[in-house]
Amino acid sequence: MGRITLDQVSKSFGDVEVIPPLDLTIEDGEFTVFVGPSGCGKSTLLRLIAGLEDITSGQIRIDSQDATNVPPAKRGLAMVFQSYALYPHMSVRKNIAFPMKMAGIAQDEQDRRIEAATTALNLTDYLDRRPGQLSGGQRQRVAIGRAIVREPAAFLFDEPLSNLDAALRVGMRLEISELHERLKTTMIYVTHDQVEAMTMADKIVVLQAGVIEQVGSPLELYNTPCNRFVAGFIGSPKMNFLEGEAAAKYGAHSIGIRPEHLNISTDEGAWKATVGVAEHLGSDTFLYVHPEGNEGETMTVRVDGEFAVRHGDTVFLTPREDLIHKFDAEGLRIP
Amino acid sequence: MATQHSRSAARLMMAPAVVLLLGWMLVPLTMTLYFSFKKYLPLRGGDLGWVGFENYTRFLTSSAFWPSVQTTLIIVGGVLAITVILGVLLATLLNQPMWGQGAVRILVIAPFFVMPTVSALVWKNMFMDPNYGLLAHLWKLFGATPIEWLSQASLTSIIMIVSWQWLPFATLILLTAIQSLDSEQLEAAEMDGAPPIKRFGYITLPHLSRAITVVILIQTIFLLSIFAEIFVTTGGAFGTKTLSYLIFQRVLESQNIGLGSAGGVYAIILANIVAIFLMRIVGKNLDA
Amino acid sequence: MARSTTTQRKALNTAFAWGIGLLIFFPILWTILTSFKTEATAIADPPVFVGFEWTLENYTAVLERSNYARFLWNSIIIAGGSTILGIIIAVPAAWSMAFVPSKRTKDILMWMLSTKMLPAVGVLYPIYLLFIKLGILDTRVGLTIVLMLINLPIIVWMLYTYFKEIPGEILEAARMDGASLREEVIYILTPMAIPGIASTLLLNVILAWNEAFWTLNLTAAKAAPLTAFIASYSSPEGLFYAKLSAASTMAIAPILVLGWFSQKQLVSGLTFGAVK
Repeated sequence: MGRITLDQVSKSFGDVEVIPPLDLTIEDGEFTVFVGPSGCGKSTLLRLIAGLEDITSGQIRIDSQDATNVPPAKRGLAMVFQSYALYPHMSVRKNIAFPMKMAGIAQDEQDRRIEAATTALNLTDYLDRRPGQLSGGQRQRVAIGRAIVREPAAFLFDEPLSNLDAALRVGMRLEISELHERLKTTMIYVTHDQVEAMTMADKIVVLQAGVIEQVGSPLELYNTPCNRFVAGFIGSPKMNFLEGEAAAKYGAHSIGIRPEHLNISTDEGAWKATVGVAEHLGSDTFLYVHPEGNEGETMTVRVDGEFAVRHGDTVFLTPREDLIHKFDAEGLRIP
Repeated sequence: MATQHSRSAARLMMAPAVVLLLGWMLVPLTMTLYFSFKKYLPLRGGDLGWVGFENYTRFLTSSAFWPSVQTTLIIVGGVLAITVILGVLLATLLNQPMWGQGAVRILVIAPFFVMPTVSALVWKNMFMDPNYGLLAHLWKLFGATPIEWLSQASLTSIIMIVSWQWLPFATLILLTAIQSLDSEQLEAAEMDGAPPIKRFGYITLPHLSRAITVVILIQTIFLLSIFAEIFVTTGGAFGTKTLSYLIFQRVLESQNIGLGSAGGVYAIILANIVAIFLMRIVGKNLDA
Repeated sequence: MARSTTTQRKALNTAFAWGIGLLIFFPILWTILTSFKTEATAIADPPVFVGFEWTLENYTAVLERSNYARFLWNSIIIAGGSTILGIIIAVPAAWSMAFVPSKRTKDILMWMLSTKMLPAVGVLYPIYLLFIKLGILDTRVGLTIVLMLINLPIIVWMLYTYFKEIPGEILEAARMDGASLREEVIYILTPMAIPGIASTLLLNVILAWNEAFWTLNLTAAKAAPLTAFIASYSSPEGLFYAKLSAASTMAIAPILVLGWFSQKQLVSGLTFGAVK
């Protein structure tokens, strides 16, 4: 079981309130991602749940038990740190066994769990090595193994992939997702990478300056972002925003249109623009264009497949009307 | 960065060290202050009552005071000048590519590990002795009359001995600082057309300024209280009586505790002035 | 610099550096050489460098005459004891300052440093008096305590610097893994800190071994360590160069060896982390 409830939880460092009181419920078995720009308080929030920081006010409940003043070790949670935090003086086996040793689990049970975890994580060949002798991806798997064997109520991941190179990151992302499918345990995952959030989460929590901007499934956030911040943060490449005349036409202070929701043509359309840079990837073409009359701006357009234009060419853009997002002067979504 | 629980545990763990050092500082300091206002001659009548600031004025006006301050300044200044200048040159040299760098480093550092009484005695007898010392032989080799180092050139001799002990310290620290200089900075300066001398003057030396300050301050603290080197060589004679040696003599040799304690208070104030500057630098580093 | 220097230049550097290195080392070398000479050869004119008959008679003479073993034993007890005692007291303090820093941590560290700067001579008499009152003048216990106290700030600082380098996440991981404070210190912190503790130990043994103010002023016959033993050669016996050299060599040899091992830690230890 692993249902985690935050009730009016807040955190201040001295006089600085980094997290104003917030409510959040994470359902049992759910894969929840905290996402936001750096400094938004997402890691602090995770550390509050872990018990590594005291909360300033409010209550944290794990499976309806008040855990607010329970020390980290007794909360039944396991954490995977950004730096992996492996014990450098212990072998892989001892690293993974450590939490079980602390919990006083019998030796044969320890061996059984280590066996199961290392088989699942492809670590059986490295059991006697020290962390220093492992690659980044292997260290990451050891850290996950150390978390799994505790059979925790929930896993906490603090930006676990940010120290890996791009290719490994994709691989590990899949492994963690698959792990979640297999274990069905609650997972809370902190990242600043919205791609990780979109691909892994059941539920995304978008944070900015300690405040929850929106909570929802990846597609909810993609389709109906509740404000300009979420609209701009979720989705890659980023949403294009237009203000002034173009927006007024839709009765909004500003409008947003995703790069993949712009139709493009070389001869006719709503907006005329000049191509600044064209990135031809084969599968897609990304165009960075400067709209006519507003050359300082850059709009991004994503076209499926190949679209043969070059720097300086004139193109015409037409937004797909039903996919335009409208925002008021405060940046809130107009339904 | 932590929870309440660990914070109170932390305070408990710090207590022994803090209490011990507090006692070590306060108890003797209070006693020194107490004695400094008394006429106290343990061998000639013991505690003869309160005398106010008399010890302080007597210490300042005694004929030995100003010469001892002068001696202290000459020794500290001389040793600092020699160790810093030679230290920078030596560190620069040791930073050059060469064979057996590690071995040379070991040779250069060695004097720092020699106990002060040994180095003082070895220099006094085997090098500076006017009859049998090596330096006397060297002088004779060039047809000169050997110098009676510790009586004719007593201050120079002491400065030589102490510099020999502290040059390794300065060199080691400056070498560490030089090695932390990003070589890309030097390469950028080279690309910009700066010749080696200018690269040293504009890049290396400014980079070393902090380390040099640290060397100066730390050495000053230790040099203000050099003891064994004087105790073993001249015993304070021939104008080598430093302030701390003077205090030592007042306290243990003439057993005038009141007077010596007043001198001790002066020495403490002097050391604290230097200490404040050192602590600023160290403190800044703590934040980084 | 990722560039190769000319061999010629390198040879020049090497010759120059070795020349200066040997010059600086020469007094030590000369002392060691002289310790193997007869008294007559030691003062020969002109001086003899290596072409003499090597003898061990000075070592046997020193050992027989002066009860060298007792001084050595005192040095070992005092230097070793004060260091170990200091480390036992300093480890918890440095641990808490490094991992549970509060606003006052920095002030406490600076204050500890400031106690190191008290000129010894300023508190000589009070300590002397206290030692008489407590009956620990000229005892190893007394000297061990004093040397522990004067080196405690350095020990705390060095350990603090090392502990600071242990990533906090690892200790948090241990806490998450269910380790109590005690288990955290035993299983995680101590093994990771052993290299740092070892070099702190080394440097402080050296400092305590060579300390020559308190050891000279607070001891007479019973507890005198090697510093006092050598100082006793300052008058008449000092003229026996070969014996003086043998005694000196025996006094500095153990620490020279330890010192060479600790040279890396020396810098950050002696500058309180201001130069790394």
